[in-house]
Amino acid sequence: MSSLAAFAADLLAGKIKVIDLTQTLSPEFPTIALPPMFGQCAPFRLEEISRYDDRGPAWYWNNFSCGEHTGTHFDAPIHWVSGKDLPNNTTDTIDAQNFIAPACVIDCSVQSAENPDFILTVEVIKAWEAKHGKIPAGNWVFLRTDWSKRSGAAYANVKEDGAHTPGPDPDAVKFLVEERDVIGFGVETIGTDAGQAHGFTPPYPAHFFMHGKGRFGLQCMANLDKLPPTGALIVSPPLKIKGGSGSPLRVLALVGA
Amino acid sequence: MNPPLPPRRKADPLALPRQALMPQGGRSRAALGLAAMAAQGRFTLQVCVACGATQYPPRDVCHECLGTDLPWRDVATGATLLGETTVHLSGDTYFRVRTPWRTGLVALDCGPSAVAHVHPDVTPAGRARMRLMLDRSGQGVLLALPERDTANMMDDPMIREMTCDPRGRRILITDGRSALGQEAARSLLAAGAAQVFLGIADAWKPFKGQDTLPGDAVPLDLTDATSVGELAAEFGGRIDIVVNTALHIRPGGPLDRRDLVSAREEMEAAYFGPLRLAQALGPTLRARAADGPYGACAWVNIHGIDALAPDPSFALTGAAQAAGLSLSQSLRTALAPIRVLTAFVGPLEDEWHQAIPPPKVTPSALAAAILRGLREGLEEIAVGDIAMDVMRRWRDNPATLARERAG
Repeated sequence: MSSLAAFAADLLAGKIKVIDLTQTLSPEFPTIALPPMFGQCAPFRLEEISRYDDRGPAWYWNNFSCGEHTGTHFDAPIHWVSGKDLPNNTTDTIDAQNFIAPACVIDCSVQSAENPDFILTVEVIKAWEAKHGKIPAGNWVFLRTDWSKRSGAAYANVKEDGAHTPGPDPDAVKFLVEERDVIGFGVETIGTDAGQAHGFTPPYPAHFFMHGKGRFGLQCMANLDKLPPTGALIVSPPLKIKGGSGSPLRVLALVGA
Repeated sequence: MNPPLPPRRKADPLALPRQALMPQGGRSRAALGLAAMAAQGRFTLQVCVACGATQYPPRDVCHECLGTDLPWRDVATGATLLGETTVHLSGDTYFRVRTPWRTGLVALDCGPSAVAHVHPDVTPAGRARMRLMLDRSGQGVLLALPERDTANMMDDPMIREMTCDPRGRRILITDGRSALGQEAARSLLAAGAAQVFLGIADAWKPFKGQDTLPGDAVPLDLTDATSVGELAAEFGGRIDIVVNTALHIRPGGPLDRRDLVSAREEMEAAYFGPLRLAQALGPTLRARAADGPYGACAWVNIHGIDALAPDPSFALTGAAQAAGLSLSQSLRTALAPIRVLTAFVGPLEDEWHQAIPPPKVTPSALAAAILRGLREGLEEIAVGDIAMDVMRRWRDNPATLARERAG
């Protein structure tokens, strides 16, 4: 039996579980809020076309609208200026081989509960590696904060001086990209960067370094607490938007039962 | 003395509500001028340019000299009640459930005699103050009020039919995140509103005043059909007045921007949002328009004065405002007998008008003007010096104004 056939057999036998890492796309789910003088990402909206009525007697369907970076979403390298000139940097040109990859999950939920401005550092990553082994090349690194268990104002956690949510510092992102050759970085919060990451040098390091090296981002994920530290296989193909900088998507994790 | 307004009573859940019928609304083109003037709260009649005779009822040819140039002019508001009749039985479907209804013949100080609705406190053969009012069909009618205000004067059922006093009514303000929404809520509650619902969009995003909100916060985002539908389903049967304070004003003309993102947001706030709300809430509001002295009565939309002719530095906002104004005009017919009040406003005292020198309109001034418009039963107000000036020029000559505004 080929390994793929064995995989399929395990899946059918329930030996592999599929875990949905996606937030429901809904109008009330917070989107990133930039200062008002900048262009804004559209929130998710649903407009009914018909619902078994005079507009369409036997069918129900909607038009929906949203930004590329609304809800659980994928960031392509072209999203950031540092990745704008890379080849195959858009949602339609990224090699599909990248859309299935294993993940390492660094659990910082306790630290994040204590401090919404928790910063993931190289030190924290190395401590995780001491326990779970070196992060293999080509893996996603997911930062588990349990932030997805929050909702509304507590989720966005916006104060007068901006958002206060966990994220990595510049050295940690450089380390992941240059020393561990990860495929991307994924989080439960609205952005891959910390809420206060505009203060780092460079600002928004997860965007700057990851996309600058052609790596990807996953944001607004849920259920990271259901993943093992290593061994989960992530399925995360974005919509094939021509020239797209990202897209909402369904993120699935396959884990051994 | 007129008795005070009885307290609001809970509706009998087994009784069929009174249908929202309207008085006869057919008018000649000339007589529509009465409605246009009543909408602004002006007491104007046609005055013949050739001989100076004041005309009533409105007509196409002067009753004195057959002159045809009969512009509308502000005229003296005094009158004397010559005779009166209190109608107790009527064959008209609107009036027959609203009797007794006092009418009379008044001699207007400006010349003509006219049949008018007469307030109970006008004494027989006494002096009266005349007003042009909009009746529930949206047509201009003459109303004789006592020469001086009397106790509970505005509580009379006839007056409640012609005005939209917020006292005792329940009001939805669509954007409670804004200073304008919050000031409007304060103003309406101080004026005796029974309840004010303040719509709050994006509750996850902090906003000024959120800890001291007047009224009851309810989730509402006019850009979201689901949110609007849920609000209408939950509170639609309890809303008597809608005050749509959603404004999205951004500087920039058509070539100053390179995309439609902001323009779409402006259209959402000025046109699609109010349209969604009207579709969701309008039928219920309209059906409750004859629900006694506290029935549903008004819908207020705020429009930048740019709706009439754009200021180049806010041209795209002006386009959205024009769309919103057109919707307001359609809603007058669609929502009837609900009164649609359009409040035109110039530059606001807010962060988007920092580069505009005074005079600018403060949220509290706009809120006060809306309250006055509702109390007086108006359909159209211009708030602040800029809006009043632009409105005056627009009435004089819209084409000239457009060129003036274009700079």
